[in-house]
Amino acid sequence: MDIKDIIKPENLVYQKTPLMTDKPLSYCPGCGHGTAHRILMEVIEEMGIQSETIGVAPVGCSVLAYDFMNVDMVGASHGRAPAVATGIKRCWPEKFVYTYQGDGDLAAIGTAETIHACNRGENITIIFINNGIYGMTGGQMAPTTLKGMKTSTSPYGRDIETMGNPLKMTELVAQLPGTCYVTRQSVHSPRNVRRAKKAIRTAFESQKGKKGTSLVEIVSNCNSGWKLEPVAANDWMVENMFPFFPLGDIKVDGKLVNNQ
Amino acid sequence: MKGAIVVDIEKCKGCEVCRVACPNDVIAMAHEVNHKGYHYAFQEHQEDCVGCANCAVVCPDGVITVYKIKLSD
Repeated sequence: MDIKDIIKPENLVYQKTPLMTDKPLSYCPGCGHGTAHRILMEVIEEMGIQSETIGVAPVGCSVLAYDFMNVDMVGASHGRAPAVATGIKRCWPEKFVYTYQGDGDLAAIGTAETIHACNRGENITIIFINNGIYGMTGGQMAPTTLKGMKTSTSPYGRDIETMGNPLKMTELVAQLPGTCYVTRQSVHSPRNVRRAKKAIRTAFESQKGKKGTSLVEIVSNCNSGWKLEPVAANDWMVENMFPFFPLGDIKVDGKLVNNQ
Repeated sequence: MKGAIVVDIEKCKGCEVCRVACPNDVIAMAHEVNHKGYHYAFQEHQEDCVGCANCAVVCPDGVITVYKIKLSD
């Protein structure tokens, strides 16, 4: 069969959602940010809430998220996205409000804002991209950097005695009574992308039901920061990140999942 | 089931994540480069494509469009 017989509009099964703009993404090749952006926009498209959604962009690699996501967006100061989202949600309780943050933004400078927004049970959705490193500024150590992991500011590996332990933000906020749905996903393989998309859908549905804060952590790669090729970075992530940051639901419908 | 993919060559960054995700080894990286200098993805074995859309689902830059046709035999 000729390829021209297959490539017809009626045979289309998958194309990039129109909620992503046509601008080429500013991320490195193979970066999980692009996939996370796309599945987030696909969920918003499927729910038909494009005109009802307001996103809050962070500071970090995804600082330009408002250029790529075709929904209304606000840029927040570093780490303050949950505080800004709180304000927006309280002014417009009927709108869907989400923040999109990296680990340097959410787990370092924004720890207070994140924990207090979750503790107050603000009815927002937080998308947390965790790659264990400060990607944009040159691969410095982040709070989520693994034990022994080499970064530009821990060239001999993270030493727990002097640099502290890696921070599990997702488990931390799951303990708070304000959170409704807390999960950890990844986007390195087709199966995981589909699961992560389902998780984001659940998070937005909880927001629709006014159940409290929902947080979806996406363990992602940073091939530039990790000094690996994209596919090797994904393999490294499976080998090293997942044992410390295990995938799966941590809190569903306000109840901690038993295996935690 | 027969499938085909269309890659937006100029936006492809050659990360090879789609090549790894393809169950039938349909995708390969081109010897030529696009204007950014990346070896873009292309369908090397189009006849093996079943249109599962795995490549498009994992593509970080969303450059792959997938078509599928059901063969009546």
